[in-house]
Amino acid sequence: MSGFLTEYQMNFWERILAPAFAATIQMVIITTILGTFFGFFVAVILLVTDKDGIHPNRFIYGLFNFIVNVIRSFPFLILMIFLLPFTKLIAGTSIGVRAAVVPLIVSATAFIAKLIVNAMQEVDKGLVEAMKSFGISEVQVVFRVMFSEALPSIISGVILAMVAILGSTAMAGAMGAGGIGSVAITYGYQKFNKVVMVLTAGILIVFVQLIEMIGKWVYRKMK
Amino acid sequence: MIEIKGLQKSFDDLKVLDNIDLTIEDGEIYGLVGKSGAGKSTLLRCINGLEQYSAGSLKIDGVEIKALSRKELRTFRKGVSMIFQHFPMLTRKTVYENIAFPMRCWKYDRQVIDKRVKELAELVGISEKLYQRPGQLSGGQKQRIAIARALTMEPKILLSDEATSALDPVTTRSILQLLRDINEKLGITIIVVTHQMSVIKDVCEKVALLEAGELVVSGPVDELFMYQPEELKTFLGEEKFHAGSSGINIQVMLSDQDMSKNILSRMSRELDLDFTIVNSEMERYRDKYLGYLVLNFSEQYKSKVEDYLDQNKIIWRYYQMNKEEGLCQDS
Repeated sequence: MSGFLTEYQMNFWERILAPAFAATIQMVIITTILGTFFGFFVAVILLVTDKDGIHPNRFIYGLFNFIVNVIRSFPFLILMIFLLPFTKLIAGTSIGVRAAVVPLIVSATAFIAKLIVNAMQEVDKGLVEAMKSFGISEVQVVFRVMFSEALPSIISGVILAMVAILGSTAMAGAMGAGGIGSVAITYGYQKFNKVVMVLTAGILIVFVQLIEMIGKWVYRKMK
Repeated sequence: MIEIKGLQKSFDDLKVLDNIDLTIEDGEIYGLVGKSGAGKSTLLRCINGLEQYSAGSLKIDGVEIKALSRKELRTFRKGVSMIFQHFPMLTRKTVYENIAFPMRCWKYDRQVIDKRVKELAELVGISEKLYQRPGQLSGGQKQRIAIARALTMEPKILLSDEATSALDPVTTRSILQLLRDINEKLGITIIVVTHQMSVIKDVCEKVALLEAGELVVSGPVDELFMYQPEELKTFLGEEKFHAGSSGINIQVMLSDQDMSKNILSRMSRELDLDFTIVNSEMERYRDKYLGYLVLNFSEQYKSKVEDYLDQNKIIWRYYQMNKEEGLCQDS
């Protein structure tokens, strides 16, 4: 390796790119896991309080639906700035991975909640009716029928969200979050270094491909 | 026994069911027939509480469905199962798990589930398919699974909502035969909603015709087809056929026994009557074959023939001539 790469390049890889890569993976994974976790709860609230749900409640449904839609309509960069006070409150800081993860999770929660709601509403209404006709409780219908049937499309939705999250982490880089995106901006864009630009873009492409491949494999296993 | 009295239901301003009166005895196979949108599926869903009715009464074995609480309704539904047109299945689970699912949700014992799933799979003839996914099976096989699943809770009543409408004629026959077997073996009351008259003729003992939310006519299937009330004719589409232009036309309904007694040739001999058969049809109702024949003969025999038919308990009625068209229409 060292014969092939100059010392500067080795240093750049070890000191800059490798940690950035680790930070990106960290952000993507934490955001996906927590975003899915919270997104699931929000989705259940929306499904239950929906006018065709188990306990229709216009106020709660309207409130959550509004918040989810507002979050989703913010460009991520703006959302991040908007959430700064909240981020500081939760993470105690407004820079670094810790801080970046807060707006990332907020945004992912809204996105994934909507995905889960859509996937579960896609479940055959006839199947839901059939299950009710056997006297199966509505809670069981939601979790054992709708959720179970929708699981493959929820998984593929979460994979889609993961790729979107990866894009957002690059933007978070602009706010001092670190990660591949921040390397691309600081060393590639601002220093006019085409090699770094191409390298970071290449890493992101491979990363996305990897996520897609794993996602497809899981989807096929689940179906 | 299902007793329906003055049942009404409306969606907003639209009346879907209007003043329905209907009684269905235990062990019967009862058909509800009508055009799409006539309210027959809604009526069916009122019976297991999937739909609520706005007025009137619907009692099953004396229990008013509307008065049941949410929890009571769930337990009650164990006794009233349902099968559907598109046989919805859990696509990610095996046939075995699909049949077992309602029992799993009701927390039946594992061994009880296993035993019953296998028994029912045997009954509906899908034992070899138990460990496949429903997606790999044909429509007819899926409907069999749905029937097995509907029987897991040992219901007293089975509701069938257009269960054969998505199937080809041969498969339809076999599914209907299966429903009849279940009715005979297990004594389950079956209510069949359909728009296909052939389904009614194949399995139903009694039928009710619904039109725009109203029950317009009901009764035993064979009699209804004999007397062909105006409402039934509208549903079936009017039939016109050529008949004798002079004399009188009488339609008689002959059962298998009547035919084996050579009733018509005996009548001809005994009354010294000459007649022409101007129209004839054979229909099958469940296992009975019934012949509908239109006889044309001279006016002078009118009262004699009437008496003869009455004495022999043959169901008959007049056909009237439409002079202008030279066609015969029901009177």
